[in-house]
Amino acid sequence: MESTGIIIGFWALAGLTVGSAALVFVVRNLLHAVLALVLSFMGMAGLFLTLSADFIAMAQVLIYAGAISVLLVFAVMLTPLASRDNGNSLFALPGLAIGGAFALLLMFLAVDVDWPELRDAALADRAFADTIEAVGRSLVDRYAFAFQVASALLLVALIGAIALVREDGAP
Amino acid sequence: MSLSVTLAHYLAVSGVVFGIGIAVALGKRNAIAVLMGVELMLNAANLALLAFSRFGAAFEAGDAPLAGHAFVVFVLTVAAAEAAVALAMAVLVYRHRETIELDRINLMRW
Repeated sequence: MESTGIIIGFWALAGLTVGSAALVFVVRNLLHAVLALVLSFMGMAGLFLTLSADFIAMAQVLIYAGAISVLLVFAVMLTPLASRDNGNSLFALPGLAIGGAFALLLMFLAVDVDWPELRDAALADRAFADTIEAVGRSLVDRYAFAFQVASALLLVALIGAIALVREDGAP
Repeated sequence: MSLSVTLAHYLAVSGVVFGIGIAVALGKRNAIAVLMGVELMLNAANLALLAFSRFGAAFEAGDAPLAGHAFVVFVLTVAAAEAAVALAMAVLVYRHRETIELDRINLMRW
């Protein structure tokens, strides 16, 4: 991955993703935090595209930037009397310390470990023009059972969410 | 120094986003903000999975070239289910307590 476009795209998208993820912690308004989170999801979808994962990038935009963010805004709007500020708890400083330590550790591991990774020609060899067909085939073939379990999980979560918020006596 | 983008770059971005997710999940008072931190952490894991799927040479790709992609599809599914149930719980707690600030939800029963 040496073409100039990939390099510029990677750094721009990485900056967007990390910067807006940091904004989620920094901003003081909960709705602004949701917006920063959506921006971070979009940057992440761009990073997925640079990894030639076109189907996952599309699913990321649909599910994360679309459905989950709408769900978050719904939750904020359904709790009108709760405070809308994005304040820190007593664990803010320990949380920052643990998060920073994890980030440093993972960065150190990423840079220091000699990953058995493909480079140059071998990497270009593995590039996918489009992944949708291959992912779809593996979902109904190799991972068919896991696919069924995931659909059952979604059904149970759907029924559970409805049962949780349903008013007593509602039909 | 070569400028090419390698596996380490993606893993570093994934690690930083994961750390921010931990900080948000541990350090925020609002239940919805905590959920946002969890989503960030799941997203960072997805990025690491896809990066390994693209760059990894540790195993023969052969018959399952996109195993990482299939795994990410399931992570997305579980994340969607988790968000729906967690937000339903937030709304339910709000009905009883009129707050979703986690440090004010400190009763085992009410």
